[in-house]
This record gives sequence, structure tokens and C-alpha cells, in this order.
Amino acid sequence: MVSSFGVDVSPIITLRALVKQFGRFAALRGVSAEFAAGRLYVILGDNGAGKTTLLRALAGLAHPTRGSISILGTTDVRSVCHELGYMAHPSLLYDEMSGMENLRYFARLYGLADSSRDADNMTALGLDPALARPVAQYSQGMRQRLSLARALLNDPKILLLDEPFSNVDVRSARAMVALLAQMRDNGKTIFVVTHQAALLEGAADEFVWMEAGQITHRSRELQPVETR
Amino acid sequence: MSKTSAIPSGVTGATLAKDLRLEWRSKDAINSMLFFSLLVVVVFSFSFDPNAEESRQIAGGLVWVAFLFAAVVALNQTWARELRNQVLDAYRVSPAPANSLFLAKALGNFIFVAVLEILMTPLFIMFYKLRALGPAWQLLPIAALGTWALVVNGTFFAAMSLRTRSREIMLPLLLFPISIPALLAMVNATTAILTGELSAKFWIVLLSTYNVVFTIVCLLLFELVLNAE
Amino acid sequence: MTMRRLFPIFGLLTAVLLSYALYEALVAAPTEQTMGNVQRIFYYHVPSAWTAFLLFFINFVCSIQYLVRSNPVADKVTNWTVIAIAIAACVAAFVIHPLPQGMEPSSVATTGLAIAGLYFLIKKYFSRERTDALAVVSAEVGVVFCTVVLVTGPLWARPVWGIWWTWDVRLTSTLVLWLIYISYLMLRRFSTSGQTPVLAAALAVFGALDVPLVYFSIWIFRTQHPQPVIGGGGSIDPRMLQVLLINWLAFLCFAGLVCWSRYRLEILRRELEETQALEALLEPRSPR
Repeated sequence: MVSSFGVDVSPIITLRALVKQFGRFAALRGVSAEFAAGRLYVILGDNGAGKTTLLRALAGLAHPTRGSISILGTTDVRSVCHELGYMAHPSLLYDEMSGMENLRYFARLYGLADSSRDADNMTALGLDPALARPVAQYSQGMRQRLSLARALLNDPKILLLDEPFSNVDVRSARAMVALLAQMRDNGKTIFVVTHQAALLEGAADEFVWMEAGQITHRSRELQPVETR
Repeated sequence: MSKTSAIPSGVTGATLAKDLRLEWRSKDAINSMLFFSLLVVVVFSFSFDPNAEESRQIAGGLVWVAFLFAAVVALNQTWARELRNQVLDAYRVSPAPANSLFLAKALGNFIFVAVLEILMTPLFIMFYKLRALGPAWQLLPIAALGTWALVVNGTFFAAMSLRTRSREIMLPLLLFPISIPALLAMVNATTAILTGELSAKFWIVLLSTYNVVFTIVCLLLFELVLNAE
Repeated sequence: MTMRRLFPIFGLLTAVLLSYALYEALVAAPTEQTMGNVQRIFYYHVPSAWTAFLLFFINFVCSIQYLVRSNPVADKVTNWTVIAIAIAACVAAFVIHPLPQGMEPSSVATTGLAIAGLYFLIKKYFSRERTDALAVVSAEVGVVFCTVVLVTGPLWARPVWGIWWTWDVRLTSTLVLWLIYISYLMLRRFSTSGQTPVLAAALAVFGALDVPLVYFSIWIFRTQHPQPVIGGGGSIDPRMLQVLLINWLAFLCFAGLVCWSRYRLEILRRELEETQALEALLEPRSPR
């Protein structure tokens, strides 16, 4: 059951009875929700709740088995992909290239020739753009931050982040949260899947709990999940 | 908010440049493949006695079978870098057209296999004392067309086999039957030039037709295969 | 329900037809002059080949439909292309003089119309998912008949011409077709994707485009390296033709029977999977 908030802004993302099945396993079972623009949403839940699948469906990587997704007013997710930024648990980076080389390459995929913004993004995340070391030699935390920089390349309206803080030290994590909050203040809509919800307690607009492929409840406050 | 649009040729060029650069840096794939090619030539020389008169007749076939083995080994690692860390997802999420990725990979494979062929050919010429009795210049378009025929379908089927179990064996399983007319053309055209007995003209026409048909089909269908999760 | 009643009737009819065809082939048909009784294998070799080609063609049509029907524009373009092919066949049949050896104007025109007819029939009576089921069925049964062709070919060639195999145009094309469809079935079996039908359909399109190229390449090869011809060309005694056609009809009925039951099996299997998936969707999952 979803508790709505009487949103006064038209939703940027609408899910209608979204179902995603892999053979017999139902990762998402009829998720219906609306998400407003310019908010920071934190998605919580146990392993297997469907959080990653939901993010992948929003990114256009997983085709819904049933139901529909409407992003920025269209059900064709591919057509608005330039407004999406996606970060997953695997780094989605080339281990053999340096950080800047990775960003420059992915920028070309978006038709961006100007690399100055990439350097700024990296610096904002505490990474050194001049570092020539290949990503394979990065620490896990550095890799996470570079992956986030890649997701920000095209200055997307909607950010989809899957476990951005795993293996990141507390200080860097807090810096990332501050950056996310700043981006939200500038009008971006951000979805964060994480197990470390406490990090986002001050910054998040709404917490969304998922269980067994459905959204169980949503709340402004990070309350302890009711145990059964 | 700036709307970005990826120029297809820009994406192809950038991807190809990236692949070549990475290959040049690590050289591990190219090194192992060079050695593999050398081994193939040596093994063939032991199996098919180069001094026997019959070997001259079949040299065209031998060379192309050796190239085919080398091509399969090269094709199997086409997407290896993209599979690590699921980089393909990053590609699929971006607005970059799938065809650009395909072309870049196919061209990269073409260059790769061409390098192997350039290195194996002198060895074959040496071991088998090959002489072209027909118009030797025709060997160049035959080699180029034949290599493209193998590489364009190979890159496509390598992407297909990403979605299967036993990935490495699925690639040749899918590639070989489809490549039979092209193989026949390559081998017979090469033999025709080496022996000087027949004209390679029909075979070159067939190879060109094959390449046109299958390049178009690959470009049309690649996006479906890339997104078939 | 209808299957329970019609299937046994059809089965009985097929059994009668097959027996009659067998009798005709082995006993009633005239003995061939030069080859003797061994030639009678021809009545199994050729109809199996025609049946296999028909089934593989059905697979090709189903694969194309599966690929284009998800996209309305592609669908429309393909419809018009099929119609254009039919018209072109009819026109070419009567305009091109002379036609390549062995082709008659009426058969070219009929083939063109039959292709279009088959395409639109399948489109009308099979939904998109069911065209995929039909594709699987036609591929499997086609491979069986193709195997029969490849086994009977050498069995016939050996006593008559003293060789097991030759790079005969038809035999080689059949071999390549067989290889392509074996790889098709392997792809279906080994695929881990949720969209196996798309991958398989793509492979079928590759295969279909490959076959004419195979034919052409063997034809060039044979003009440069003359090879023995298995099966002979030329005209055929009308009584033999009659027996051939009866056998073909019997084989078609048998193929139809097998395909029908396999198709039902496939549909039932898919329905079962869907039901199980729905069940998994609805039942509450225990928290891990």
C-alpha cells in the first residue's frame, strides 16, 4: 500500500502495475507509484525486494513483463535516455583506462565533446582528474565515486543510483550526500537504493520501503521497519 | 538543460579508437593470438607436408582454415572488456546508437584479424613455397572481403552468444554454417589465383554480395540482439 | 476439444495414405531402367526434401513475422514487400524469356502467390507469440525430415554411383540448411536470455539469406570443378511422377500430424509456464 502525499507538482515518473518476472521469479509484482520532480528518494528493503530491478526498469535496461513506466511524460524510456543517469553495483567502467579517459569516452557516447565538466565533476567527488592510474588500481571507494561521475556526465534530470555508498569511507560518503542534496536543490530528481539509509537522513525527501517486489510504505521520516 | 545528441560516426570512431588504444596498451590478447597463429601454421606444416605436390593445390584452403581459427579466437574476446563490470549497460543507457557500437567492434576485429593474417601469410609462403601463378594483386581484395565476411557475422554472433551458456562454443557453432558460402568463395578464389588455372572473378562477386547482404542484416538486427536481456 | 476428435481421424487418414504410398513406391511403381529397385529410395528422398524445405520456409516466415510485428512501421513495409514479391513473380514468369532450366511460368507464378498466401495466412491465424511456437515446431520437424534426406541421399548414391557423397548443389544446400537449423535449435536450447525468440528469429533470417548464396556458390564451384550429379535431372516418367506426388502428399500429412501434436504440446507448455509465473506473482513470498 502506498501512502500518497498530495503532490502539488505533476509527477515526473509514474509506475502503473509494473511487473517484472524472470521465468518464475517475480522481481516486481505490480508496483504502482508516482514520483515528483526535484526530490531525493531513498529506496530501502532487504535483498531480493526488487530495488535493483526497479532501478533497471527505470533506466530502460529491463523491459517490463506487464504494466507501464512513464518518465517525463512518455512511456518510451529510450527516447528520454539522455535525461537519465544510471549507476549500478558493478562499476560500468573500463578497468584498463584512467578515470579521465573513461569519462571522456562515455562523454562521446552522449555527444559531448567538452571535457572540462568531467574534470569538475571528478574534483567535486574528491578524485584527481590528472591521475593516470587505470581504474583497476583504484580503491573500491574511488571506483564508486568515478562511477557516480560517469552517471553525471550528461547532466541528467533524473539520477538512478544503486548502492552508491558501498565501500565508501564515511567522510567521502557524507561529501557525496552533500553533493546529491545540492543537485536536488538545483532541480534534479534522485533515486538512491542503499542499505545505509542513515547517511541520507537529513537530505532525503522521502523514504520508500520495498518488500517482496512491492512498495510497502513511504514516509518522510526514517522510521525503524516494523518487524513481523 | 542541454539536449545532447550523439553523432553516430563520432561514437563509432571514439569506440574504435578506444579499443585500439586499449589493445595496444595491454597487448595481451594480440600477443597470445600472434603465438597461436604461428602455432597453427607450424601444425599445418607438419600435418600437410609442404613438399608434396598436392599441398600446393590445397594451400588456398589451408591458409583460410588457419585464418578462420585465428578469427574465432579473436572474435571470442570481442566483448570481453565490455562484460567486465557490465559496461554494456552503460552503453545501452546512453543515447548512442547500437549500430555504432557494432561497426566499431566489427572494424576493430577486422583490423585485428588483418594483422594476424599479415603476420601468418609470409610464414605460409615460406613453408609452402607459394607462388601466385595468377594475378596476385587480386589476393588483396579477396583477403579483405573474406576477412570482413568472417568478422561482420562473427561480431554479431559473438554478441548473440553473450546471452547463452557455453559462450565460447556457441560462437563457432553459429558462425560456421552461415559462413560456408563465404568460406567456399575465399578458398576457391585463393586457389584459383595460386594455381592460375581458373578465374576468381565469380568468387569475388559472390563474396561482395555476401558482404553487402550480411552487413545490412547485421546493422538492421544488432539493436535487437544488444537489448535482448 | 476439436483436436481430440479430429486428430485420430487425421491420423487414420495419414496412416492409410502412407500405406498406400508405400505400396505404390515399393511395388506398383515401374522399375527404373538403369538403377533397378534401389531407385525406389527416390520416393523417400525427394518428398522428404520438399517437406523439409516447406517446413524451413514456414520457420522463416514465422521468424520474420515475430521480428516485424512488434513494430507497426516494419510490419507495414514487410506486408507490401511480400505483395511486391508475389506480383514480381507473376510478372517475371510471363515476361522473362527464356526462364532458367526446369522452371515453368505457371510454377513460378504459383510459387510467388503461394509465398504471399502462406505469409498472410500465418499472419491471420497466429498471434505473435504463437508464430514463435510455430517457428520452434517447424524447425524441429524440419530437421528430422532434413536428416532423412541426408541419410537417404548417400544410401542411394553408394550402390548406384559408387560414392557416398558429392558436392551436388541440392545435397550440399540441404546439408548447410541442416547445419544452420541444428545451430538454430542449439541457440534455443542454450540461450539464457528472456528474449530467446528474438535471437532465434534473427538467426533464422541469417540462415534464410544464406541459402541462396550457398546454392550460388556450389553452382559456381561445379562449373569450375565438374562433379557427379546425384538424383539426375531431366524429365520423369509420368507414372513415377504420380507415385512421387502421392508420397509427397502422404509425407505432408504425416508432417502435419507431427507438427500439430508438437504445436499443441508447445502451446500447453507455454500456458503452463505462464500460469506458474502468474502463481508466483500472486502468492506472498516469505521474507528472507
